[in-house]
Formats: sequence, C-alpha cells, structure tokens
Amino acid sequence: MMVGIIGKYRPFCFHHLYKTIKSNRFSSKAGELKRTCLYDFHVAEGAKIVPFAGWEMPVQYKSGIIKEHLHVRKEVGIFDVSHMLQTRVDGKDRKKFMESLVVLDVEDLKPNQGSLTVFTNEKGGIIDDLIVSNTSEGYLYVVSNAGCADKDMAHMKAKEAEFQKNGLDVKLTTIETALLAVQGPSMKKVLQPGLDFDLNSLPFMTTISAKVFGAEGCRVTRCGYTGEDGVEISIPSNCAVDVLSSLMSSPKAPVQLIGLGARDSLRLEAGLCLYGNDIDETTTPVEANLTWLVSKGRRAKADFPGAEIILQQIKSKPTKRRVGFTSTGIPVRGHAKIYSQDGKELIGEVTSGCPSPSLNINVSMGYVKTAYAKNGTKVKIEVRQKMIDADVTKLPFVPSNYFIPS
Amino acid sequence: MAASAIRKFSLTLFTSKVPFSSKVIASFQCQKRAFSFSKCLADRLYTDKHEWIVIVNGKGTVGISNYAQEQLGEIVYVETPALGTTLNPQDVSGCLESVKAASEVYSPVGGTVTEVNSKLASEPALVNSSPLLEGWLYKLDVAPGTNTKELMNEEAYKAFLETIVH
Repeated sequence: MMVGIIGKYRPFCFHHLYKTIKSNRFSSKAGELKRTCLYDFHVAEGAKIVPFAGWEMPVQYKSGIIKEHLHVRKEVGIFDVSHMLQTRVDGKDRKKFMESLVVLDVEDLKPNQGSLTVFTNEKGGIIDDLIVSNTSEGYLYVVSNAGCADKDMAHMKAKEAEFQKNGLDVKLTTIETALLAVQGPSMKKVLQPGLDFDLNSLPFMTTISAKVFGAEGCRVTRCGYTGEDGVEISIPSNCAVDVLSSLMSSPKAPVQLIGLGARDSLRLEAGLCLYGNDIDETTTPVEANLTWLVSKGRRAKADFPGAEIILQQIKSKPTKRRVGFTSTGIPVRGHAKIYSQDGKELIGEVTSGCPSPSLNINVSMGYVKTAYAKNGTKVKIEVRQKMIDADVTKLPFVPSNYFIPS
Repeated sequence: MAASAIRKFSLTLFTSKVPFSSKVIASFQCQKRAFSFSKCLADRLYTDKHEWIVIVNGKGTVGISNYAQEQLGEIVYVETPALGTTLNPQDVSGCLESVKAASEVYSPVGGTVTEVNSKLASEPALVNSSPLLEGWLYKLDVAPGTNTKELMNEEAYKAFLETIVH
C-alpha cells in the first residue's frame, strides 16, 4: 500500500532476510517476529525497530546512523547481536565433525583460539560464514548468521546424525544467551573494570570464559564486524540488562548503543562480507577473495565440501572476483551493473555499497571479471541510467584496528 | 482558523509577566511568524507518497514532508531533476539518499522544472533540518489544467499519517 519515499525505505541489503525463521529461541509465538531479551532496553533508548531475519531489531537510535557509525570509530559502541545463532559442539569427535563442514583446520586451533570460516557446499559455494572457537572447556563455540540460523542448524544437525550413526561422538546444543558486541578504540577502557582477567591477554580471535560485571558464565571473544578492536560477549539472558547498563554508565568513555544501520556501514568500510549480499551459495571463497580462509592443512587433504572446485580455482584463478570500489557523487548500492571504463563491456555487479560516513566518499563491493580485479582499475557503475566513474580499491577501505600483539 | 490561532497566541503574551516593551516586540514577532507559518500550512498540499507542493500563481515548489525526512534519516545526497524537464504527475523527479537507502521522489503534479535548490548539493541535510522551507527540492511551472483534487491539505495529510503510524 505504501509506495514512494516511505515504501522505498528499507535497509536494502537486509531485505532478503525479512522472512521469518522458525526457532524457539527466546520468547515468540509461531510466525511472529522474535525479540531479544534487550528489546525493552532498546525501545527505552529510542530505537527505531525493524524486522530483520525474523527478529525485531534496532536499526538506529535517536542520534542516527552517521553519528552512531562515527562514534564506534572514535569511542565505543554496543550492538545487540543476540539474534545470531550460537551453537555449542561437544563430543570427542567435535573437531572432525566441524572439519567435515568447513574449510578451516579446526584440529590446528590452539586452546581458546578461534577463526572465521565458511560452511561450503559440494559446488564450493558458501552456505554461511561463521566463527569457530576451540574453547579450553572442551567444546567448540560456533557463531553464525541470524538470517541463516534455520539452514545452518539443519545442515549441522544432518551431519550430527550422520556422525552419530557411524558411532562417532558429537552433540550440538543451541546456546540461548544474549550476545553483545562492544566495538571501538575505547572498548578496553569501559570493559576492563568489569572483568576478572586482563584484556591484554586476549588477542584478536581468541576467547575466554569469564565473569563480566558480576555476571557468571559469560564468554568474551575478541572479534567483531566493524574493523575496530572489540569483543563479543555471550551473557546469560537474565544478566544481559545489568551488564549492558554497567557498560552504558561507564565513567571511562562515552558509550552508545548502535543499530543495524551503522553495523552495515561499518562492516562495509572494513571490507567485511554480508552473507546474502556479498557471498552466498553461488560464490566460492576464492571468488569472494576469502582464499585465506582455506587452511593449508585442508588444502593438502582436499577433504572439505567443494574441495575439488575450490582447489582448482586457487590454482587457475576464478572467472570473477570480489573487489572494492570507491566513487563520488551518486551513491552506488547493491545490484548496480559494473562496466569497463569505455562503458562497452558488462563486467560485473555491485553486491553492497553506501556513502561512507568515515571517508565522505562512496564505497561499495562487488564481483568483476578477474581481468578487471586489479586495484586501481577504472570502471563505470550504472546508477539510475547514469554512468558513475569508480576505481577498484583495496579492501578494507578504512584500516582495521584489531588487537594483534607482535 | 489562522486568525484565531494568532489571537490566542497574543492573548497569552499580554497576560504573561514580561516588561511592557518586550511584550510589544514579542507579540509583534510572534504575530508575524504565526501569520506566515499558518499561510504556509494553508497552502501546502501533500501526496500519499509524502511529497508536498505549494502552488502560487501557477508556480509550484516541491519538497518532502517532515514525516518522510524522519523516516529516511540523515540525507547525504540529493538528486534533483534537470532544468527544463517536463514531468507528468507521479513521474520520478529525484532521489534522496541516506547512508542506508535510496528513495525516489515523485512529482505531485505535472509541469516544467524551472529551478532546483542548488544549496542541497553542498547541504543535503537541509531536507532533514527544514523539510518544509529551506529543504525544498525543485520548482516547476505547473501544467495548465492541473487538478490538485487528489492531493491532501494539511488536515487531511495529518489524518492520513494517523492511518499509517501506529
């Protein structure tokens, strides 16, 4: 019914994820959108709530996307990411189990070390991206996308059944806790006072079971989706409001809540993929410029789903590749067509893009024919019948600021 | 309605405890502002897509409503129509871009574009800070025989918003 300005208003990149997912996580009736245990907190903070991947989530708060975005780059912001799927994998064959699904050398992870990886299908396409951490408590801690929660769970469950049928020891459990991402250069200042360990002992992509502002049974993982130093904290639901309130009232630095809008622009500047936009079941890790995810040990064994195609692409280059673009003027967004500089040859398509609040230019990413994938290549991108000049640009657009002790 | 609003305004001022001289000035300024404000309100017509138009002597000025700018969030880029463009009613006449999304603007009436708000090239956020005045988008010579019956006046638009905002 509503068309025009308002009807058009929707977070473009998230649109395809609007379908409701079936899950009994937290409280919701069948077919209804779910709410995280922090929903009321968001509303009280003036959040604008939108449907996202079957959840009612804050897209922005009172200050708006640009201010929220810049606040994360300068200070520290907190994102409620409780909608993401957290899974615990137990059993002595848990590493073998996970290796049967992803391209990561799970056996090679040190205690409490984690890594980004991808579930691949038999064609080498990406089913989802996820983080697998090898906890020193003897289980794998897995976090994957809310929009893929149903299919991820079905995918893992099917493999679990297969393993169990073959007498192997593996057990999946959904972790129903809140998940907060605390991101930005001031993260350490506001979080350290509430911790029972030193954040200097937790490098990028490591995890630890900890007490956070008095809440027992939390898990702190040094990772994020902004390019900044940050953590994601899994918190028992009944303690989430208290922990969030403690962080928000920190005297050490100004803390702001950040919505999905800024989460998207921050990850884009950081060159990180959004599943469903920049990667999906038709793109391989090699095409997605994520070849580094395919562990050496796994390449040697060639034993992950889609190994044949993926290894072939690593050897002889794929036909298309994900790259970044910078441009000025009319913002470039997902689905825009990319042409050669002379405008004659269609060479690819943009998968996501937005005006960059940090750089004040337009940033985007997409797939182009490999011959055009070199940094500095000049291309044209078509937006509303206009041809925009753009340069293939090295990712990330904004340098990342991860805590990696030398 | 406008007249009674002014009267009410002045009455409040004269009964308040302010020194006489400032009372006079305050009341004069308020009357002036109230008058031009209510004049704008009276003349502004809205579409169900949240654009507005003010037509004076066949010249129309087009913008978006306060509700629309609130929904869109911070505007970072405004695309206005080229001068001389002939628009039919509901033709796409521009685009407003926030960090999150691009939103098309539809012309409330037909006509020929005579002027665009050049300030918006360097200050696109004027659409947010002053959607009804400084953040206007373009002006046009309204096509002869244009019928504005389909458009809503301020009161009807308010009622319309009630039906879509819960």
